[in-house]
Amino acid sequence: MTAPQETCPTCKPPQPPQADRKRRGILKAMFGSLLGLGFVALGLVTGLWGAVTARFMMPNVLAQPLRRFKVGLPGDYPPDRVETRFREKYGVWVVSGVYQGRRQVFALRTVCTHLGCITLWQEGQRRFKCPCHGSGFSADGQNFEGPAPRALERCAIRLADDGQLEIDTGRTFREELGQWNDPASYVPVSADDQ
Amino acid sequence: MSLREKIRNGQLWRSIFRHPAPTDRRNRVVVVLSNLVLHLHPVAVPRYAVRPSYTWCMGGITLFLFLVETITGVLLMFYYRPTLEWAYNDVLALRDAVSFGVLRELHRWGAHAMVIAVWLHMLRVFLTGSYKPPREFNWVIGVVLLVLTLLLSFTGYLLPWDQLSMWAVTVGSNMAGNVPFFGGEGLVQPLLLGAWTVGEETLNRFYVLHCIAIPLAAGFLMALHFWRVRKDGGINRPL
Repeated sequence: MTAPQETCPTCKPPQPPQADRKRRGILKAMFGSLLGLGFVALGLVTGLWGAVTARFMMPNVLAQPLRRFKVGLPGDYPPDRVETRFREKYGVWVVSGVYQGRRQVFALRTVCTHLGCITLWQEGQRRFKCPCHGSGFSADGQNFEGPAPRALERCAIRLADDGQLEIDTGRTFREELGQWNDPASYVPVSADDQ
Repeated sequence: MSLREKIRNGQLWRSIFRHPAPTDRRNRVVVVLSNLVLHLHPVAVPRYAVRPSYTWCMGGITLFLFLVETITGVLLMFYYRPTLEWAYNDVLALRDAVSFGVLRELHRWGAHAMVIAVWLHMLRVFLTGSYKPPREFNWVIGVVLLVLTLLLSFTGYLLPWDQLSMWAVTVGSNMAGNVPFFGGEGLVQPLLLGAWTVGEETLNRFYVLHCIAIPLAAGFLMALHFWRVRKDGGINRPL
């Protein structure tokens, strides 16, 4: 092959390829000799090993709480009730409140929409506060003070077959995109339910 | 210029590969001597020197198994926690829940094979007289490497934390405790076990020994071992 432009004053100039020196095709080089076969096998095994390692590194089992879980009957959530016992393990506030004039039970993610700290519920002042930079959210999750740019996100909530409320943290809804109108983001309750 | 020549002469290729392709003797020497991995071998090895009927290839096989153990061992470390709470469960999880968790078995079989290979290598070196002057000290280094290999097996055996593991280490440390002078209650137990009985401290201590301390020492001594082989004239060659 053509050598790069290194100059070597004492080296003989490269000889032009002779007519009687035939170059072996690539297939003959790979499979025509034991050495070639050996290198091909090495390449195949290396490729296989890379694939095996990549699959090995992807965990099949994650020790995390379930995505879907039940939080009780609608009757357990009278008007203006904010349930805090699912904050630590599942990361949701279960709230009974009013949105656009309709009474609903919904689940708010505890994660502040500013930079991701976990909010706290202040019953006395009826607001969620973020301890990191002071973002404040009203009882229905809307941001009203501090650096948070948008409301807390809702998680999917529905009535399961046994009548209990079932939350799915794998699916979220953003208020600023109008997704709180999606019926999967709340369970409507009337005054008689509670 | 063809595309191939354009790539070969481009800045990216030349900064990585530096020298022309090894198509003639001079370039073969230059490429081998200037490569980090390749220069561990001499540029050319005489055919008679590497005859398997002479060398049994056991030194090379031992090195290969050491590399296999290192790679599989590092991969296993992603799924194993050396605590009383998790050690046994994590090994079971490797067997049942992790894709290609058979890597754990590969690691175990590789360990068995490496111990066998090391003994066969020692036997071959003895039978071919390759320990004679000036090579005596390399034999000593080899014996130290043998002891380190056995210690790797011993420390690794504890890590699954099952009944076999715990009692094997208990028996082993009691045997060490019976050595005159150094043995006895005062020294062996805290130093080796990290406590007075085989427990969580022992597991952690053996984990660090197995994964970091002994492999580092063995790696350094292997480099020394190979260096001395080449300095003494190369495998199966006179000085």
